[in-house]
Amino acid sequence: MTGLDFICLIPLLIISVAPILIMVTITFVRNYTVIAAFSFLAFLLAFLSVSYVMPYAPHAIAPLFIFDTYSYLFTGIILFGCMLVTILSYVYFRRQSVVKEEYFIILFVSALGASILAAANHFVTFFLGLETLSVTLYILIGYLRQRDQSVEAGVKYLILASVSAAILLFGMALVYTGTGTMNFNELSSYFVTAKAVSPFIMVGAGMIIVGVGFKLAVAPFHMWTPDVYQGAPAPVTTYIATISKGAVIAVILRFFVDIRGHQNHALVVIITVIAILSMFIGNFLALRQTNMKRLLAYSSIAHLGYLLIMLLAGTSAGIQAAIFYLIAYIITSLGTFGVIAILSTVQRDADSFDDYRGLFWRRPWIAIVFTLTLLSLAGIPITAGFIAKFYLVLAGVGSGLWLLAFVLIVNSVIGLYYYLRVVATMFHSTGKENVPALPFLGHVVLAVIAAVILLLGVIPEWLLDIIGKFSL
Amino acid sequence: MILVVLILILLAAGLLAWLTGKWNSVVARIISLAALLADTVILIIAFALHHTYGQGTWLIDYNVPWIPRLGISLHLALDGLSVMMLFLTFFLGILAVLISWKEIQKNVGFFHFNILWILAGLAGVFLAMDLFLFYFFWELMLIPMYFLIGIWGHENRIYASYKFFIFTQAGGLLMFLSILALYLIHGRHTGIYTFDYQALLGTTMSPVVAFIVMVGFLMAFMVKLPVVPFHNWLPDAHTEAPTAGSLILAGLMLKTGAYGLLRFIVPLFPGAAATFAPLGMVLGVIGILYGAKLAFAQTDLKRLVAYTSVSHMGFIMLGVFAFNAMAYQGVMVQIIAHGISTGALFIMVGQIQERIHTRDVARMGGLWHQTPVLGAMGLVFAMASLGLPGLGNFIAEFLILAGTFQTNILMAVIASVGLIVATIYSLKIIQKVFHGAVDTTLKMNDLNLREAFVMGVMVAAIVYLGVSPQQVLDTAKPALAKSLEAKAHYVLKEGKVKDKQNTFYLPAVFEAEQK
Repeated sequence: MTGLDFICLIPLLIISVAPILIMVTITFVRNYTVIAAFSFLAFLLAFLSVSYVMPYAPHAIAPLFIFDTYSYLFTGIILFGCMLVTILSYVYFRRQSVVKEEYFIILFVSALGASILAAANHFVTFFLGLETLSVTLYILIGYLRQRDQSVEAGVKYLILASVSAAILLFGMALVYTGTGTMNFNELSSYFVTAKAVSPFIMVGAGMIIVGVGFKLAVAPFHMWTPDVYQGAPAPVTTYIATISKGAVIAVILRFFVDIRGHQNHALVVIITVIAILSMFIGNFLALRQTNMKRLLAYSSIAHLGYLLIMLLAGTSAGIQAAIFYLIAYIITSLGTFGVIAILSTVQRDADSFDDYRGLFWRRPWIAIVFTLTLLSLAGIPITAGFIAKFYLVLAGVGSGLWLLAFVLIVNSVIGLYYYLRVVATMFHSTGKENVPALPFLGHVVLAVIAAVILLLGVIPEWLLDIIGKFSL
Repeated sequence: MILVVLILILLAAGLLAWLTGKWNSVVARIISLAALLADTVILIIAFALHHTYGQGTWLIDYNVPWIPRLGISLHLALDGLSVMMLFLTFFLGILAVLISWKEIQKNVGFFHFNILWILAGLAGVFLAMDLFLFYFFWELMLIPMYFLIGIWGHENRIYASYKFFIFTQAGGLLMFLSILALYLIHGRHTGIYTFDYQALLGTTMSPVVAFIVMVGFLMAFMVKLPVVPFHNWLPDAHTEAPTAGSLILAGLMLKTGAYGLLRFIVPLFPGAAATFAPLGMVLGVIGILYGAKLAFAQTDLKRLVAYTSVSHMGFIMLGVFAFNAMAYQGVMVQIIAHGISTGALFIMVGQIQERIHTRDVARMGGLWHQTPVLGAMGLVFAMASLGLPGLGNFIAEFLILAGTFQTNILMAVIASVGLIVATIYSLKIIQKVFHGAVDTTLKMNDLNLREAFVMGVMVAAIVYLGVSPQQVLDTAKPALAKSLEAKAHYVLKEGKVKDKQNTFYLPAVFEAEQK
């Protein structure tokens, strides 16, 4: 490896070294606050280092990694998300009696897996990154062992993720059989020159979609989502909903563009069906939910359905719209799940509708942030979600995807119903009750998130400019 | 810049009212009132300074890039039509604050935040000349209105607030698709991707495409107006909203639909609008008669008034698709007259409900004895509603019917029947509520000074409009003429002057000014 390779790897190296340092520290002192603060600073350092290494892009560490602006953009998103998740986790686990210092070690390893995915340029890194991410997630989901639901969710995720990983691996093998390469660039040139695509490759690509579909929780591979969202501790749910999905989107977007997926009729049909199913199933099942985490789980299925449309756009506007949508979705979800995490108590997570009844009169500030994030999910003006949805539909319609754009519009109306239901619950009048003070740090996180949502909703130009510069 | 200030004042005052409302509710009310008065004064001054069109099409034009990457600009512009809409917005806004002075006692700060943000959204809709910006404001006002109905409304408020939001949002999203289609079609033809209203005006489309794109816009406006098959949300929303909410809904929010028809449908899609016109007129007439019939059948006084809106909005639909200057003037007057007269009726219902805690017509009767002032006011606005000469609504409906008569005699004749039905329901209000046997169990005080002032101002406005509508007509004329020019231009270009009904008819009032 050359010096340049190491420079490009700096963000990943930082989050690899950090957990080792934490392990060493824990052997001498167990201080939860110190470890959490250290973790936050390590993520911050890694985040800042991204802008330092940016000028060196694009640089490929052949054949496994490609460090281009696109991968750094996603690394930046992942690390920024991890910073906020760290604070939320600190606030959430502080009151728990379990051994909790090791939590951050696993979080780092998981973030490493996610960052590898963002830079993956080869089936090996694709698979390694995904497995690093998944294996750590089993532990994170089941972290609160005294809760039955948490353990159940962990096991459920373990089984389904292993099966999907096996399918994914088989798909990769089939594609390799057909093309003789596992490197994305070589795959790309294969698909540009190939006259006809052999059935091996088609089946393989289909299996890859199935495997990735599980990770993204798009219909019909979505069954695990509500249970896992509900069972996992709130900060972990936040992490699954945002960073883990974002990283998988990063790699699948790159892969799909490389293999010219939007030109392959069969793949287009498959993705179209998956997208439409996800939108309808997600939104319809969310309508009657009475558990906040399950409701948001179904809503995330629908949102991933919206996002999949961009795989078919096949234009740079489509990719930019997808990235913008993902960023808006991640920041918004950090807000919604962040609120749940902050309101949770030692005994249970604040996931019942009753926890939110009359919230506006008890905790106006939290309720406003929650309303803002829900409106952003629904795509109402002055929030990031509005601009994101607008850009998404624009790019979709621009590529002639009228059917999908129309389905998206119909689903927006359906989705509105349950988002409004939550909002209405918060404005329900109840009697006064004494409310314990909430951790200060939690308020800071929510304030940052609310500010970003509003900023992106009113002046999105700067982010569009940044995204415009980043390319595959 | 002055136009941005108008909107910013409302947004800032809304936030301020929310913050101060926690400590002192009176301060929140005063802030809201001051902001609206300030806006009115600014608008009067601005209009006095720029009341003639120079080279351009606008009295005041403000255009800066917002998201240039996507061709979106912060383009606000004022013409005669917008001026009238803005005056109505601020006027009814002030009244909305005044009538809530006693009615709203819960979360006063947040209430005024919502009122001011709705008004800001409305002002934005009437000023935006960038289609993205227009949609932005169009959606912006929905959330505060949802809160207004959902928090301060009556018994069935949650259901009504959902229904309101989902109906209008569904219509809005279809318009959103159409806006994008227009943007892309224009971009592909010219290479310039922009949402600017004036740039999009001359977009060339095949008739079929134009019609499909127009339908998206039309859906949004027909839901808002509302036109009969899409009127379902209106009675619930109007009935359950607090008085100020009903006033803003009826007086202003419905008018965004009318405004959209005049500003967007006719100029952007002259050909498609002409194709749609016969159906549009039929829908208008159905609305007039059906709305009136349902109004007559109601026992809930507020619901009754709500259905009269459906009937009155039918006239607007009829007038817009009659495509002539006289009908358009009628539409303009109707927009204002209906805002005042129906708004006043809603205020009256609110005042009655505040006193006897019911809206059931059957439980009222003989109120005139106890509240002669309220009764007299009620009589004035019931007469306005039935179209009594001398009051604003008469001018409006007469002009619309006279205009329609020139293009479609049959429709004009059937629509005239609506005036008779209007007489029946208006007299029913007076008879059941104010006349009849005196119920001694109902104890009522007459209007206090604040309430009498509000009603007095509205009476003055509706009478002024009725005896001297020229001011309104003159102000809106150039803008309305432009709308018709687009249609006339299209007819000339396409050479589609087939029969006399579609011939562009320009009454003398217009020609004298233009030559």
